[in-house]
Amino acid sequence: MQTPAPFDYERAGTVDDALALLERHGPEARLVAGGHSLLPMMKLRLARPEVLIDINDLTDLSYIRLDGSAIAIGAMTRHAQLLDSSLLAEHYAIFADAERVIADPVVRNRGTIGGSLCQADPSEDLSAVCAALGAELVVRGTGGTRTVGARQFHTGPYETAVDDAEILTEVRIPVRPGAGSAYEKVERRAGDWAIAAAGSFVTLDGDTVSDVGIGLTAVGAQHFCAPEAEDVLRGQSASEENLAAAAAVAAEHVNPSADQRGPADYKRHLAQELTLRALRRSVARARGES
Amino acid sequence: MQVTVTVNGAEVSREIEPRLLLVHFVRDHLGLTGTHWGCDTSNCGACVLWMDGEPVKSCTVLAAMADGRSVRTVEDLDSGGELDPVQQGFMQCHGLQCGFCTPGMLMTTRKLLDDNPDPSETEIREAISGQICRCTGYENIVQAVRWAADHERGDADTDTEGTTHSAPAVASEASA
Repeated sequence: MQTPAPFDYERAGTVDDALALLERHGPEARLVAGGHSLLPMMKLRLARPEVLIDINDLTDLSYIRLDGSAIAIGAMTRHAQLLDSSLLAEHYAIFADAERVIADPVVRNRGTIGGSLCQADPSEDLSAVCAALGAELVVRGTGGTRTVGARQFHTGPYETAVDDAEILTEVRIPVRPGAGSAYEKVERRAGDWAIAAAGSFVTLDGDTVSDVGIGLTAVGAQHFCAPEAEDVLRGQSASEENLAAAAAVAAEHVNPSADQRGPADYKRHLAQELTLRALRRSVARARGES
Repeated sequence: MQVTVTVNGAEVSREIEPRLLLVHFVRDHLGLTGTHWGCDTSNCGACVLWMDGEPVKSCTVLAAMADGRSVRTVEDLDSGGELDPVQQGFMQCHGLQCGFCTPGMLMTTRKLLDDNPDPSETEIREAISGQICRCTGYENIVQAVRWAADHERGDADTDTEGTTHSAPAVASEASA
């Protein structure tokens, strides 16, 4: 039987409550949202918090709304809500593309965007989505609120810029009128972690790529992004040759590890091919073709 | 710690360890062994029950997290001995062989039909994509859910044994 090591359980009713509990219990306390990443790690003793602070009562952090020139997503928003959101579907198809292949429908009823980002698994999908879209992550502590770019958020495997006594409260995605976006993932079986995955958005000015963002997961891309590939494409025409050139550069800069999901060469190949497919679909969607 | 959970409509309180998983709470502390304990890694879906009206994998939820919430298990599906249409469908269409995955399948597909009374085969397969059956190859499970959907919507053509005859969608012109 897999059961976590003993811990103390606390439940927070408000964000302030959660922060006070984090302060009181110190660095060996962990927040738990859906728990579908953290509890499996606790069963395997890969994580062993002394105190778990349950934040599932923070329903005021569950929302997806337009807020000025950004889409604001509360950290407790569940995967199922992200998949169903018409607002996200209207602006960023990449979310539904990704959510459809994150775990399975029952797991998506529990898992949250904040928990996914803070767990910081190197194969996690929304980290690549947020990196591609240049999301800003709002982090709150007792001293106040600060904003961290998605590309500065992950400081290493399972490590983030969120301090011990802080909580991620919101994900903000800049609205880009006319943007097309897409996510492409290869997995061994339905609901598994990615062997490799790539996501992108593109905005076009005529046939010129005026802006582009590329995110990658499970392939050892620094901060889940591919800035060198974006530089290759930005300002160029959205031709198949240019998309392919960008995808090739993305693959040059990843650093995949061989594991039970495949050898490094295969994952590098996937990084290139999936980046190309994501860029193609992003361009097609920006042109209104799909 | 003390938890109070509304289970199948009745409030129960128990003293538990914080690390107790919800699947073991319902099985070992409440004796509701209809919920099955399978892979322990949220992959197989045998342990699916409802928490606050949503299907969840109870091997990956702490019993402490259910404190103050409501839980519905497979034991609550029938009403007064009359099987839920989903249960009847699994019976009529041979939707199970060994039965290990069945409680989870029933709870997930009950919720599917509550939300979507007329699901397509694709929608049914998507709904159960987080559940593993090693006996049926899923064909009969999909048919069982369709049976339940048709009977709940009242448009099934049922014979005396309760099996459904679906009319051919299109008359074959090739054979004419």
